Parts: sequence; C-alpha cells; structure tokens
Amino acid sequence: MHWIAQLIFLAVLGTASYFFYRNVSRIRRNILLGRDEDRSDQKSLRWKTMLRVAFGQSKMAARPIPFILHFVVYAGFLLINIEVLEIIIDGIFGTHRVLSFMGPLYDIAIGFFEILAIGVLIACALFLARRFIARIPRFHKAEMKGWPTRDATIILVSEIVLMTALLLMNGADQALQQIGNNHYIAAGYFPVSGLFSDAMLHGCSENTLILIERSCWWFHILGILLFLNFLPYSKHFHIILAFPNTYYSNLNPKGRFTNISSVTNEVKMMLGLPDADTNAPPPESFGAKDVQDLTWKNLMDAYTCTECGRCTSVCPANLTGKALSPRKIMMDTRDRLEEVGNLLDKKQEITPDKNLHSYISKEELWACTTCNACAEACPVNIDPLNIIVQMRQYLVMEKSEAPNELNMMFSNVENNGAPWQFPASDRDAWTR
Amino acid sequence: MSEIIPVPTVAELVAKGESPEVLFWVGCAGSFDERAQKITKAMVKILHHIGIRYAILGNEESCTGDPAKRAGNEFLFQMQAMNNIAILNGYGITKIITTCPHCFNTLKNEYPDLGGNYEVIHHSQYLQQLIDSGQLKFEGGEYKGKKITYHDSCYLGRANGVYEAPRKVLEKLDAELIELKRCRSNGLCCGAGGAQIFKESEKGTTEIHHERAGEAIASGAGIIAANCPFCMTMLRDGVKHHNRESDVEVLDLAELVANANDL
Repeated sequence: MHWIAQLIFLAVLGTASYFFYRNVSRIRRNILLGRDEDRSDQKSLRWKTMLRVAFGQSKMAARPIPFILHFVVYAGFLLINIEVLEIIIDGIFGTHRVLSFMGPLYDIAIGFFEILAIGVLIACALFLARRFIARIPRFHKAEMKGWPTRDATIILVSEIVLMTALLLMNGADQALQQIGNNHYIAAGYFPVSGLFSDAMLHGCSENTLILIERSCWWFHILGILLFLNFLPYSKHFHIILAFPNTYYSNLNPKGRFTNISSVTNEVKMMLGLPDADTNAPPPESFGAKDVQDLTWKNLMDAYTCTECGRCTSVCPANLTGKALSPRKIMMDTRDRLEEVGNLLDKKQEITPDKNLHSYISKEELWACTTCNACAEACPVNIDPLNIIVQMRQYLVMEKSEAPNELNMMFSNVENNGAPWQFPASDRDAWTR
Repeated sequence: MSEIIPVPTVAELVAKGESPEVLFWVGCAGSFDERAQKITKAMVKILHHIGIRYAILGNEESCTGDPAKRAGNEFLFQMQAMNNIAILNGYGITKIITTCPHCFNTLKNEYPDLGGNYEVIHHSQYLQQLIDSGQLKFEGGEYKGKKITYHDSCYLGRANGVYEAPRKVLEKLDAELIELKRCRSNGLCCGAGGAQIFKESEKGTTEIHHERAGEAIASGAGIIAANCPFCMTMLRDGVKHHNRESDVEVLDLAELVANANDL
C-alpha cells in the first residue's frame, strides 16, 4: 500500500516543481524584456547590501511592530522549511521522521519549529487584525481594492492554516508515539502541540489519530506545494526576489539620475564637439513608453514589490491627496508587464493602442517631487522614482506633453540660462 | 548688504593672471530670486571674512539643468551640462561650493559622466569644515538659547546622505535645536523638487509646503533653518499660509552663521 502513497507523492512533487519552474522562467523572461543595465560591478558591496537589507531585514526596523511580526514569519519561513525537507524525504521513501537519528539535536529543532509555528500563526493573525480591524491606512488606498487585498488575505490565511496543520500533525504524532504505534517512533520534542496531544490521545481512537496525522501531513505538504505555485501569481513573490533585488540595488547616491547616453551623443553632435560619434545611428526613442523601455531592474522591482505601501505612506504627493502613489506605479508596471507577457505567451502582437501610460496617468507622473522618500522607505530597495522619471522623459521628449508651465521653464533655461524669465546678463546684478 | 563687498569673477582673476582656490556656484535662485540673493550675500560675507581666494562665474554661469532633467528633458539638461562643463574646464576649476543642494547634486553626481569632474561641496559642509578648522569662530551670538528647527532638503539629505554637517553648524549657534518628527532620511519634502516649483501642483487636499511649514511651526521653534533656496521659498510661503510670518522666520544656514558672527 505504501508504495502507492509514495508514487502519488512523487507525482505531486514533480508536477508542483515543474509548474513552479515554468512560472519562474516566465517571470525571468518577462524581467529580461527590459532594457539592459549593468549592475555587475562592486560585487562585495552588493553581497553586503543583500545580507543587510534582505537577509538582515535592516530597513524593516524603521517600524518596530511590523518589523517584529514580520521577522517571526520570516524566521519561520526560513527555518520551518528545514522540516519540509524531512517531509519530502519521508514522502519519497515512505519513512517517518527520517532525520530523528540526530537525537537530541532533532528534538531541539522540532521544539524550536513548534515555537516558530505558533509564532507565525499569531503574527499572521495580528497582521490580519492590523489590516482589517485596525485598518492601517496604507492597506486601504485606492490601488488596494479587489485582488491586492484578496491576495494579502489568501497569504495570511494560508499561513495560519498551514501552521495549524503542522501543529495538529505533531499533536497526533505525539499521541501515537505514546500509544506505542510501531510506525511512530519516539522522536521530537513538542512544546506547543504537547499542550493538546493528551486531549487528542484520550479523545480519539488510534485509527482516528493516524487519520488526523496523515491528513495533516498531506495537507501541510500539499498546501506548501500549492502555496509555492501561488507565489508567481502573487505579491508574495517577494520572499524570493527580495534577495536578488537587493543584490542589484542602486549603489549610487539616490540623487544621481542616469544620463541617457544616446542623448549625450546627439548633444555632442549639436554642439559640434570633436568626440561626437557622427556615425552612431540616431536613437530610436527616448524615455519609457512601455515596460520594454524600462530597465530589467525596474521590472524586477515590479515583481519584487509586496505592496506594503511604505513608499506611498511617506510620499509627499500622496500625503497631500494627489493621485500619485509610488506603490501603484510598481503595481501598474507589474500588471502591464504581465499583460505583455500573456500576449507573448499567446504569440499575439503587442498592439500600439495600449502601453504603460494606459495604466499610469500624467496627473500621477507630474505630481512627483523626486524627493526619494519612496526609494528610501522601501524595505527591499525598489525605486519607483526611476520609473516615473523615464516615463516623464517619454512625455517630454517623444510627445512634447509637458505641462505648459514646464515648457515655459524649459524655454527660459534654454534662452536665459535660468528657469525664470530674467535676462542672462542680469545674473550678476546682485553683486552691483 | 551695508557695505558693498566686491565679488570677483573667475574671468577677472584670470585676467590678472590668478585663479580662484574655490568657485562659488551661485545658482539661478541665488542669482535672481530676491530672497535667495540674501543667502548668496551672506555666503559672500563668510567667504570674504575667512579670506579665501574665491570667485563666481558671473554671467558665464548658467542653469545646471537640474529642473530640466527632473522634468524629463534630458536634451536640455545635457546641453546645459556640456556648456557649463566647457566653461568650468576651460578655467581649470577644481573645487566648487554652492548654496543650492540641487546644483550641488547635479554638479557632483551627474556632471562627471559628461566630463565634468570637480570637488563639489554644499555650503553646509563647507561651513562645518570652516568651524572644524577654526577658521570660523563663534562666540554665542544672537541665536544663543533660541529655538531653531531644521528642515532637511531632499537633495542634500536623502539624495546625498548629508545629515550631520548642517546640524553641526547649528550646534555652534548655541541655540536649542528642535528636531521635527519627520527629519533626516524620513524628512518631508517642501514640495519644490522635481521641477514642481515651476508649476501649479496637481489636484489634492492640501499643498505639500503647507503641510511641512505646519509641522515646523508646531515644533514651537521661532526659526526654521533651511539649506536650500527652493525650500526657503516654499517654507516661507507655508509660514505665510499659516499667518505666522510675524513670529516664525525661515533662515538659511549661511544667514544664521553670518548673523551670529556679526558679518
């Protein structure tokens, strides 16, 4: 009989891994639709940044309560996955608690995982309470309506259910160990499930206990595999991309905006500078019309965003009631990229009637003060401002659609060397 | 300015066969905006007082291109940048001081790519250096014991991580420094950056500078210290909006230092 279970387990594991691989490859392809940008320099600083910001969660600390709650869930994710490894080995080989040969070390690990599991459970419940009872404002901005809120709820509820299954499984296991069932070897230390395993022992028959233990075991691992495959469709994908995304962080001062090199050559030619490359082909376009015009890092940013809204909650434009929300910039970029990806999957043409500007309005783009509060606040070093500026470049240089006052400012700079209409010859008037 | 201090241009120095130790980059606001001119003059008094050989570009200076770049006009930005770089390099300028964090950021971070490599210092950093080296000596001065709050500009703070220098300068005033709730890397923008100051703001519930000035006024400080001529405009406008211009003053670091030294 056992081999049937093993076979089913292998088939499920294989299918889940295949779909996860396929979805991740698809996201990778979508990210690489972006423009090239070299972020391969300063490797040791990049590793340090990743260790500090993603692994060490350094930027989360700015808000202590979510920092602590998130840290518990994060530690749970990292460490309880060690137990998943055991579950997978057991599933494939039909063994039970295969790692228990480690003795006291195993007991300590299981005990620790149990404490983490209850911690994760409580943290997720508190997260739900923050979202839906305390109604923290950043979770209820306009862009959070519909799927984003459902997405968050699915994640939190799933984690609660998974942790409950894990603890119930351990409780039944312990009861079976006490009965002396041959398959359930005495192993593990259960500080949390031990609290209710006695009740299970007295309240259930041996067969019921086995049924509970087996169904929770299957539910837990199937749940995890399902959750794994939910990730690529969810904001929760940050648990993976947070690491590469911080590795590829912008290491320059935040105030330094990239100079467009194709413009440099054009300007050099206009000014008749000797080092202009007169044979260079004229640039195809300027700024970002659609997601493919953004850099791959902008696109990775979009897939990394977990919609926490720290950016929006510190954005001066958003704080004063403007339409701009840096989080929405990231969500729109991802949505548009998904749309383009879907067209590619179906081998359909990307029609010119729709682009990133169909998602992000001019009103949003022109409300930005480029203050960098969004980029500073992001716990995984996402840079919404960079996308805003590239989209402005498209509006100005391709469409000539800057607000009228800015066009006046441009012509003042061009003609008078100052953004106001003063004659350049009066620049030193203050000295006289 | 009671006494007129002659401000040399680089061209004048070069004509005499000299060159400046440091270029004072005045910026558009510092040159044309009436209120910002006072910051410029305060800085000139300080430079004159310490006796450094400085000069300005005068009418050879032109906008760094910052507002054009932030507004998406990369062409105009690079035109401005390359023209400015040609002049700066032509004079062999190596060190630049500026009272505008936007000029500071652009010259320091965005010019090197285009061939303009200079040591660029914001005046808050320069003032701190002068204090540290003992070239500027303070003896209490008129701000002793007064409540001063400090507004971090985005382009000095978050954009370039300069948070300490301006605070060190303020410490020297012997005033009571009141930090705003949103300060340093968490500082709230004044609303001017990204070329916003040159246009009406988008529809919203309030103005950013009203919000920021309100926060500064609520701190109870009689003086809001600024480090940027654009923040200066926004904050003064905000203070006016709250009808508090009679008891809340916005002053630049250069003005505070010049006043404290009776310059």
